[in-house]
Amino acid sequence: MTTLTERRGTLAWFVEPALLRPALVDSVRRLTPRYQWRNPVMFVVYIGSILTTLLWIQALIGQGEAPASFILAVTLWLWATLIFANFAEAIAEGRSRAQAASLKSARRDTMARKLARADKDAAQTEVPSARLRKGDLVLVLQGDIVPGDGEVIDGAASINESAITGESAPVIRAAGSDFNTVTGGTLVLSDWIVVRISVNPGEAFLDRMIGMVEGAKRQRTPNEIALTILLVAMTLVFLLATVTLLPYSLYSIEATKAGTPVSITVLVALLVCLIPTTIGGLLSAIGVAGMGRMMHANVIATSGRAVEAAGDCDVLLLDKTGTITHGNRQAAALHPVATVTSQHLAEAAMLASLGDETPEGRSIVALVRRTAGLNPPALEPGAFSIVPFTAQTRMSGATFHGREVRKGALDAIRAWLAAQGGVVDPEVVTRVEEVARRGATPLVVAEGRYVLGVVELKDIVKSQIKERFAELRRMGIRTVMITGDNRLTAASIAAEAGVDDFLAEATPETKLKLIRDIQAEGKLVAMTGDGTNDAPALAQADVAVVMNSGTQAAKEAGNMIDLDSNPTKLIEIVEIGKQLLMTRGSLTTFSIANDVAKYFAIIPAAFASTYPALGALNVMQLTTPASAILAAVIFNALVIPALIPLALKGVPYRAEGAATALRRNMLIYGVGGIALPFVGIKFIDLILSVVGLA
Amino acid sequence: MTALGWLQIALYLVVLIALAKPLGAYMADVYEDRPGWRKRIGAPIEGGIYRLAGVDSSRDMRWTEYALAMLWFNLVGGLVVYALQRLQAFLPLNPQSLSAVSPDSAFNTATSFISNTNWQGYSGEATMSYLTQMLGLTVQNFVSAATGMAVLVALIRGFSRKQATGIGNFWADLVRSTLYILLPLSLLLAVALVSQGVVQTFDASPTAQLVEQPLNYDQPKNGPDGQPIKDASGSPVTEHASTTEQSIAVGPAASQVAIKQLGTNGGGFFNVNSAHPLENPTPLANFLEVLAILLIPAALCYTFGRMIGDTRQGWALLAAMTVVFTALLASAYITESVPNPALVSAGIDGTPNANYPGTNLEGKEVRFGIANSVLWATVTTAASNGSVNAMHDSLMPLTGLVPMWLMQLGEVIFGGVGSGLYGMIMFAIIAVFIAGLMIGRTPEYLGKKLGAFEIKMASIAILIPPLLVLGGTAVAVMVEAGRAGIANPGAQGFSEILYAFSSAGNNNGSAFAGLSANTPFYNTALGICMLFARYWLAIPVLALAGALAAAKTVPASEGTLPTHTPLFVTVLIGTVITVGALTFVPALALGPVAEHLQLFAGK
Repeated sequence: MTTLTERRGTLAWFVEPALLRPALVDSVRRLTPRYQWRNPVMFVVYIGSILTTLLWIQALIGQGEAPASFILAVTLWLWATLIFANFAEAIAEGRSRAQAASLKSARRDTMARKLARADKDAAQTEVPSARLRKGDLVLVLQGDIVPGDGEVIDGAASINESAITGESAPVIRAAGSDFNTVTGGTLVLSDWIVVRISVNPGEAFLDRMIGMVEGAKRQRTPNEIALTILLVAMTLVFLLATVTLLPYSLYSIEATKAGTPVSITVLVALLVCLIPTTIGGLLSAIGVAGMGRMMHANVIATSGRAVEAAGDCDVLLLDKTGTITHGNRQAAALHPVATVTSQHLAEAAMLASLGDETPEGRSIVALVRRTAGLNPPALEPGAFSIVPFTAQTRMSGATFHGREVRKGALDAIRAWLAAQGGVVDPEVVTRVEEVARRGATPLVVAEGRYVLGVVELKDIVKSQIKERFAELRRMGIRTVMITGDNRLTAASIAAEAGVDDFLAEATPETKLKLIRDIQAEGKLVAMTGDGTNDAPALAQADVAVVMNSGTQAAKEAGNMIDLDSNPTKLIEIVEIGKQLLMTRGSLTTFSIANDVAKYFAIIPAAFASTYPALGALNVMQLTTPASAILAAVIFNALVIPALIPLALKGVPYRAEGAATALRRNMLIYGVGGIALPFVGIKFIDLILSVVGLA
Repeated sequence: MTALGWLQIALYLVVLIALAKPLGAYMADVYEDRPGWRKRIGAPIEGGIYRLAGVDSSRDMRWTEYALAMLWFNLVGGLVVYALQRLQAFLPLNPQSLSAVSPDSAFNTATSFISNTNWQGYSGEATMSYLTQMLGLTVQNFVSAATGMAVLVALIRGFSRKQATGIGNFWADLVRSTLYILLPLSLLLAVALVSQGVVQTFDASPTAQLVEQPLNYDQPKNGPDGQPIKDASGSPVTEHASTTEQSIAVGPAASQVAIKQLGTNGGGFFNVNSAHPLENPTPLANFLEVLAILLIPAALCYTFGRMIGDTRQGWALLAAMTVVFTALLASAYITESVPNPALVSAGIDGTPNANYPGTNLEGKEVRFGIANSVLWATVTTAASNGSVNAMHDSLMPLTGLVPMWLMQLGEVIFGGVGSGLYGMIMFAIIAVFIAGLMIGRTPEYLGKKLGAFEIKMASIAILIPPLLVLGGTAVAVMVEAGRAGIANPGAQGFSEILYAFSSAGNNNGSAFAGLSANTPFYNTALGICMLFARYWLAIPVLALAGALAAAKTVPASEGTLPTHTPLFVTVLIGTVITVGALTFVPALALGPVAEHLQLFAGK
């Protein structure tokens, strides 16, 4: 599986030929009343199509209200409108299903070692992984594929999760830790684990997500329901406007003693052109595609409501570690005491860190190499020995040609010096306090009985995170950093990263309270989490993204799972949610704006025989009344497939204020929506007259 | 068009907007029941009314209670008006000894006045006794307007309250609207009008000897059913008549004229309404009367802004109304100033000058001229007033389209007192919903999230008027009883029916003239339209108020769609115009547009 960014690169990802054929078959198969009824706008088209089909049959047997060829042409294009709408939905579902399938393909059906009880050495039976049920216990050994989603209850193992996340570095999963869940399809690289399976077959998160994109099972989201109500109201208004035209036409003929009444075919054509078929036909495709885009970002949403809410978030709660900072402190500066040269301190700090394989230790070596230009000395055996970090000494260091160098927290070093009869100079304490005030971690370096200076370890804020937060602020979203650090450290990092607010010394309780407080102000909160202690906060948040590496309890509490376990993903999720809503709004506006031109095409055509003067409204100079009506119907039908790519990809989203976004989208989809059909209908009319259909 | 005409229109707009803030602030004080000189004078009366009626004015009502109180009050009011008309022959203050009004006309008039429509199928001075006019119609002129204002105030509270169960007290809102707003303003206006010569008397009609003796004239011939007889071509049959004296209708007009303008009622004391010299005698009286129509609807926008704590929101709605109004007014003035080609081809000079406003003076009072007639026609249909100082049937086709379309927009461009603004807020909800989606958020207006229920209620409110107008017109042109009332054949006749249903279906009450609507068919059909237009809108609005009041308030952020900016005003105007245009274009094309094109094509 390729990574997210690589997949983004392919532009034409929505037109995979393999998906076209099943989608086409599906779009015809969905022409049943039961299926059409689900979409009230398209159901009106459905009834209209049946009506004109009957009128065509009537015309064939010689009693038609209009030429049979004209009725047939209108009828065929009405059916085409329905098929196009079905096609849009089918292709969106097909795409999402394919995406889900590619995620799912990781789960090869393997044989699992089912255990009789929670003990590595208990009796084993071989069971196909597809038959494992919730609560079953399995033993997974080195080289095995994990047979299903579950929780590690015994043992620890390093696991390659690249099949799910695309990330090749192995991860550790251990019983009793916060990282105790495993995903089916991943590979155990070393050691063994006992896993308690947490889902029944077909109930995994992925299965649930697939269920949500399947047409028949799909639940409408609250905003989709509200929009559908509005579309139904518009449909009723236009139904009224067209139905009443028949009596108006009959009266006008009686009054002017001229012309023929408007035909039912023309009225149905007018009705279908006016009702919001464009958005009506694409609405469910937009929703399904939104879920698909989530999957494309390697996020599994467990409810459509959550995807929608993502666009609405006012506040993002972001964990400091991993999201805002790189997650490990790095050496940023060396502060020698007055009597020591910086070169001396640098050398000692490097010696003390040579044997320290932690990121902090490595960063000290890197800093010294970068700033002091020193390279590690040759380490002859016997001349160099490592003093590792222990819980008792809380220090690490080395002995090099008899030089004892140590680094550690101030109190640890103080204890060590005291044991050798040395004392900590007051200057050192001042230095330590200075560093701490900046929100950094001071590490004292000592040699023999003397303190040489202080190494400043800092949380390194991720590059460009500040710009992301500025973008979010422009979108009207506040960011709150959550950290276990003290207020001082937190404030310093918050200022550097440019978050709006922070919660220091966070506990599960304070997190939950913060979320409740923000929600009480009427705002929506999004957060990420992974640990079991995050579960209450995740359950309370409106959008809760759980890392795939997180615990089962956290996953159950959240409503989205990030397979990449990348906390920065939250920002992307918000954008996908916004895009979903924007696409709905823009296509609704476009759909309604289109009606202006359609009136100019159909009204003069429909009443030309009664009021020839109305021909003045034929501003597009359409060839004949028949070609005008047909051109409007054809345009109305063709605009649906033309907009499928937009519906699937979503309206381009930019980080900008509400007013700017509205102005731009209004210009494109509102003003553009008025102008485009004038050109389109005229063009289709020209083609019709050239090929002699008009 | 003349410079003087434009100047008068500009003056009108300036005075109207200038008065919105002081009056709007005063009304906000009234509804928030703030202390002040008003309370010192009015509190004993207000308290007395509550005690007399036995209501607890301090109790906060749920929306259902509020709606029931409103419906109950209106039902009783309607029955009283009906009874007064039917029994007026036996009641006092009937110097002309007028007989009982027919059942269908009485039903029509009762629904018309309780629904703040004030459509008049009858001729006022020849049908209603003074008692009916005063106790029935004038009382409803006040309380039907107050009902509209009460519903609006309840909706405003829905926006301003957070997680509340109630939306105010109907009785308090009703009494305060009447006592502190409508009565004092009417008193002021009535006195001003009397100073201009509007008649106010209980005397019977005096008789005057005509200067020209005898006067010969043609009058339409009526059949035994009271309807005009038509010849084979559909034109009315007339007969010669002559007379030497004229009975001059008088009565307590000034008091009723004041409230009919202020309460967007529009039902004139005299049949020809404010074209009558005793109802609208001078240019100043005309200015005051036409100003009074839009005064309260415009000021309520400011009241709205004040009560939700953000006056910019109120100004935005007022701006949207004013822009649409001004554009349509200008277009009407322009189209009305184009000489009628039929007259030009007959050799009449159509060029206007300082002393000659142009050819199109049919149906207008020469003393008002074209500018003031068009101004009134636009104002009276923008607001759901319906009073006239010129006959709309005689307007040029495209000018006639303006008042008709203003009504079809749902009476939201100023609209009726209260009802206009709550209608506009329904449109704002739809506009916010679509615009909100376009910026990628589930929409919210004034801090309230707009979900399925809110959209459902707003959709009902927007759906009802077209249903009544288009459906009613369709029925009328299909049945013989409907076609019988048409005075002019062709597109004009269609416009007459469409206008009547646009008027009733939006609670305007203005008449195109030409249509003989005092028949059982029209009285019943229009009466039903008026009832549905009023209460099928008011009830969803109150339901919405209840839901909004119960909801949380979302604080605004950078990502919130600002609803006080010119951009939003544009979107709102676009929504109103689009819904109005898309719904009524086919019907308008067969009426005024077809007529205009025929006229100017020389047919």
